[in-house]
Amino acid sequence: MASLPPNFQQLKQDQLQPFLHDEISVPADLEGNVLITTVDKIYNWSRRSSMWPLLFGLACCAIEMIASAASRYDLSRFGMEVMRPSPRQSDLMIVSGTVTKKMVPAIVRIYNQMAEPRYVVSMGACATGGGPFKEGYNVVSGIDKYIPVDVYVPGCPPTPEALIYGLMKMHEKVDRQSVVSVPWYQKDSSQFVPVPRLGPDIFDPRQVELIKDTTLKAATGAAAANGAAAGGAAAETRGPVELSAKAIARMEEAKRRWRAKQG
Amino acid sequence: MTEATAVMDAPAGELGLAPELADAVVDMWAEDTEKAYVIAPDRILEVLTHLRDGQGYDFLSNLTCVDYEGYGGKLRAGIDARLEVVYNLYSTRRGGGSIALHVRVPEDDTVPSATSVYPGANLQEREVYDLFGVKFDGHPNLRRILLWDGFHGHPMRKDWHEAYYEEDAKPFRSRHPKGEYEFHEDKVPWAKNTTYPAGWDPDSWQEAVAYVPVSQAPQHEDKPHLDTESIVVNLGPHHPSTHGVFRMLTRVEGETILALEPEMGYLHRNHEKIGERNTWLMNMPFTDRLDYLNSMSNNWAYALAVEKLADIEVPERAEYLRVIMAEFSRIVNHAWSIGFILNDLGALQTPALYAIEEREMILDLFEAVSGARMMCNYMRFGGVVRDLPEGWHEQAAYLANERLPRALDELDRLLTENEILMARGRGVGYLSVEDLISLSVSGPMIRAGGLPYDIRKAEPYGIYDRFDFDIPTLPNSDIYDRYYIRLLEARESVRILQQALRDIPEGEILGGRGGYTLRAPEGEVYGRLEAPKGELGFYLASDGKTQPWRYHVRSPSYINLNALGPMSVGYKVADAIVILGAIDIVLGEVDR
Repeated sequence: MASLPPNFQQLKQDQLQPFLHDEISVPADLEGNVLITTVDKIYNWSRRSSMWPLLFGLACCAIEMIASAASRYDLSRFGMEVMRPSPRQSDLMIVSGTVTKKMVPAIVRIYNQMAEPRYVVSMGACATGGGPFKEGYNVVSGIDKYIPVDVYVPGCPPTPEALIYGLMKMHEKVDRQSVVSVPWYQKDSSQFVPVPRLGPDIFDPRQVELIKDTTLKAATGAAAANGAAAGGAAAETRGPVELSAKAIARMEEAKRRWRAKQG
Repeated sequence: MTEATAVMDAPAGELGLAPELADAVVDMWAEDTEKAYVIAPDRILEVLTHLRDGQGYDFLSNLTCVDYEGYGGKLRAGIDARLEVVYNLYSTRRGGGSIALHVRVPEDDTVPSATSVYPGANLQEREVYDLFGVKFDGHPNLRRILLWDGFHGHPMRKDWHEAYYEEDAKPFRSRHPKGEYEFHEDKVPWAKNTTYPAGWDPDSWQEAVAYVPVSQAPQHEDKPHLDTESIVVNLGPHHPSTHGVFRMLTRVEGETILALEPEMGYLHRNHEKIGERNTWLMNMPFTDRLDYLNSMSNNWAYALAVEKLADIEVPERAEYLRVIMAEFSRIVNHAWSIGFILNDLGALQTPALYAIEEREMILDLFEAVSGARMMCNYMRFGGVVRDLPEGWHEQAAYLANERLPRALDELDRLLTENEILMARGRGVGYLSVEDLISLSVSGPMIRAGGLPYDIRKAEPYGIYDRFDFDIPTLPNSDIYDRYYIRLLEARESVRILQQALRDIPEGEILGGRGGYTLRAPEGEVYGRLEAPKGELGFYLASDGKTQPWRYHVRSPSYINLNALGPMSVGYKVADAIVILGAIDIVLGEVDR
């Protein structure tokens, strides 16, 4: 050990320190051979230190994701350079770019195929909320409409630094988890996200009743109004605009804040 | 087109049409900006055939459609036809400008398909069918292309509105700071960007059966054979080597491809629909996101088209800055594309990492000048938005004079003589240059087939006529040549950069009137330039308001995919991956 640089052992000790158990002590003759820590710490440490992302690019953000993995930004510092093309082998899905209606069934299917524990990072404005393309007819305004997201990274596209910061936040989140409470070890907690289907427009199988309610009501309403609905124009067939209670509350709150600000 | 219009002699004469075709030209449209001839729908094929064979217009560059429902301009007073199909033709042998043809779509929404004259109309006509609902009679495979079978309506029609629709023109009134705001999500009961026809019942919905490519079954009749069966293999849309969300359906026998059908639309994010609501300037950052490797070229193409339409002068220094940025981005693109062709060949990551290293150096320059690495949003109508910061010119000169030539030589040494690249690339993906032209393929692909057609020389824009550079060509039209032509072109870009950085004058960087709003005069225009991937064109129509009436992107990646099927047939599945890689597509531009 004498050949090591003088501070190396100290460095190693410092790195170990957060993982050591602070109450149970090791007998003096076993020190140096036995470490005592909690299951959570060692489990989380190993998971976050080799979190393999899915090799999965959607749009512009994918180019910055590739740049993050390339030599200048070097994701392998985080044990993440092994991008797996198969969802079965990967732990982390970086949704890197605009999610379109045509693509979202494939994304949900890939998410379902990933083995738990699985995490999702939404990279960029489009994946987070639709971004500049939010109003588009083929654009999903945020991947969190379909699958749960752990970390959102803003930017259009986020720089590699921003992505790496988001991934470090992801690591922090993993560090805080505990094997006794994480959902994937609970009974009956692991469920597939229903895959959206491509109808006249995309629809979520979870919302069939809601959709049916509106479309059928619109059909009877239109029939009552003028006999037969004019074909073609989609705008006419949109249901009546009814704000949800949550939205009304949110607007009231905003009005109240605005008035308070005005004095 | 029902009303009979008087025969006009002059336009037919200008087109060089034979006397028996003189009555095919029924009208003229938008004479102020760019001449367009309105052709009777039932004569369009004759006129196209004549222009191709008799006049040398062998390249159908752009085919799109305009919906004039609610058009506010004066030019179309008294015309009933709602939809017009637009054709832009060029000559690759002669160079020079385009001929624009319009066809007014009759009541039954059907016009003859141009695919029998120009096979390259294939994908563009499918796009028009998908987004406008114009049916092309005689098209071999008229299906939806960007959206899926079963989608309701044709979204680019002016009266089609999406779920989050607010108003026809931006800025929306709801975004004005009145202290009240609402979320789009709250306006729709299911909190999603979707809308369904009245009376539609999701329970009884049957999804359309996926399309399967067909081919002639192999003929074994006269000789003894093993019984084989062709199967369909699907690649994508999530596949590591399709360069994004692209899907190929292949019918294979053994490993040999019998038919290949590209499927796209997985990144269709409605640039055109959104673009018609934006003001002219608001579209500039959207063009960054088309071919997201080359935002500078896209900016320039759009600015070029608008400047042509509104007749705006560009100051000298800005012209130089544009050339410098565009050529840097060409080097970025070609380096990236070389790296990823090799990636597809199985040289995983090493060449790509070499290429990305140079890309980072250039992106530093872009970031310094525009504030963003990829989405530069740097050009404006009449110039560029910012002048160079301190030290930029020195760093750029170092790159152009020392670092990039060395890096390209290094790539050359590393790859060009490589045995595996030769074995995998030589003779694979061959298609003759005549076929490529008829399929409307442009850019490095046709130059790798021996045709020196480059818009920078054929129809010079900006100040390209001042620089001394060559158009490299290679004879074989295979994957190897498509790789090597990109290296040669990057070297020519370096030459242009060296001259531009040496000659750049001091002075103004933004001409024109400036300001955020622009009212382009009424008319239509097709502006194009040589983007790294091929001919990037913007077809713009204006009714004199602050928004474009029609905003169409003729994207090289999309139209070059016409050649993917014909190039891949007869080769192995593993080759199809590289053939796609050598076309060099970017999905943001394919699907728009």
